[in-house]
Amino acid sequence: MARITAGVATSHVPLIGRAIDTGDTQSEYWKPLFDGYEFTRKWIAAEKPDVVFLVFNDHASAFDLKLIPTFAIGTGETFKPADEGFGPRAVPDVKGAPDLAWHIAQSVIQDDFDLTIVNEMDVDHGLTVPLSLMFGQPDAWPCRVIPFAVNVVVYPVPNGRRCYNLGRAIARAVEKFDEDLNVQIWGTGGMSHQLQGPRAGLINQTWDKSFLDRLADAPEELADIPHIEYIREAGSEGIELVMWLVMRGALGDKVKELHRHYHVPASNTAVGHIILENQR
Amino acid sequence: MALEKPYLDVPGTTIFDSDNARKGYHLNQFCMSLMKEENRKRFKADEQVYLNEWPMSEDQKRAVLDRDYNAMIALGGNIYFLAKIFSTDGKSFQYAASLMTGMAEEHYKAMMVSGGRSPDGNRYTGEKK
Repeated sequence: MARITAGVATSHVPLIGRAIDTGDTQSEYWKPLFDGYEFTRKWIAAEKPDVVFLVFNDHASAFDLKLIPTFAIGTGETFKPADEGFGPRAVPDVKGAPDLAWHIAQSVIQDDFDLTIVNEMDVDHGLTVPLSLMFGQPDAWPCRVIPFAVNVVVYPVPNGRRCYNLGRAIARAVEKFDEDLNVQIWGTGGMSHQLQGPRAGLINQTWDKSFLDRLADAPEELADIPHIEYIREAGSEGIELVMWLVMRGALGDKVKELHRHYHVPASNTAVGHIILENQR
Repeated sequence: MALEKPYLDVPGTTIFDSDNARKGYHLNQFCMSLMKEENRKRFKADEQVYLNEWPMSEDQKRAVLDRDYNAMIALGGNIYFLAKIFSTDGKSFQYAASLMTGMAEEHYKAMMVSGGRSPDGNRYTGEKK
């Protein structure tokens, strides 16, 4: 039986990918950020997940305004790194897990979440930067990945409670899959940041830390945070944090926090990272 | 009855909602076209000619030509789409952010390194700083 063993949350700032790709991770600017992922790199090398269900958002790469899916599950066999205007990142193609992805789609849609099913899409930094942070620069990614894109660009994005409940439905689906698989779920994006307008550069460390504090043991409180609080307190792009709630919802009520890291800034963004182990 | 839009009193912030997605459609799709190298070349060769191929308002075209990102956002532009313009110009997100805040880029970068812009005084329009 497939089982979700752990959840990982991390920011996915594009410049982090650039720092990795150009070998700049030990510079004065970047070292404190990457040091916070050392534990994770060792932990995940020991955990060896078979599949990562990776919740991320597309940043006008695969989806433009022609088509705006709220939730999109990647059911393809392979996903290529997107060209975001500078040429695609020189990272391996992402191998999908189509059997499990289709199983999850069928289960979750019957559980009242109307997913868009995507067989072909390129994946941008929202997906590839977290992979690089966890796995470094291998010739091939050491696990299969189900890309799961959430619209957090065109308002209204799905609310936190709906994301949390979607996570619950994903967990129910995974538990019904017969193959013996070690599955992790990752929620990416955030934490506080604003990229637009005269208020750009907003960072709210107090609010971010409170969010991290409550993720393991008080996720119900986080699920009730309305959109406007994310915007006002964590910046217009801080709303990406609803994707962390998909991850948290897919874990059980009891989780153990294994690791936490918080660093300001990466470019315009407060970086948060946490590992939660499922307890059963 | 009107929809509730509680985000309209957040200072210096435009939420890319249905109103903006509606009016900015062609502006944003023009930006998206710059994902292709051949389009970037044509745009750089003559920006006005390239822009005239799109059913955008004259105000939108002017804002693009002026690289006035706050104006583009006011006219329905979304920052992730507008990023295709400053990427075509070889500029970074921090450059664009500093431009929108009216700060010199080095001052903006220094603000970020020292913890970013505080939310205090920046939550509500007209709030006392």
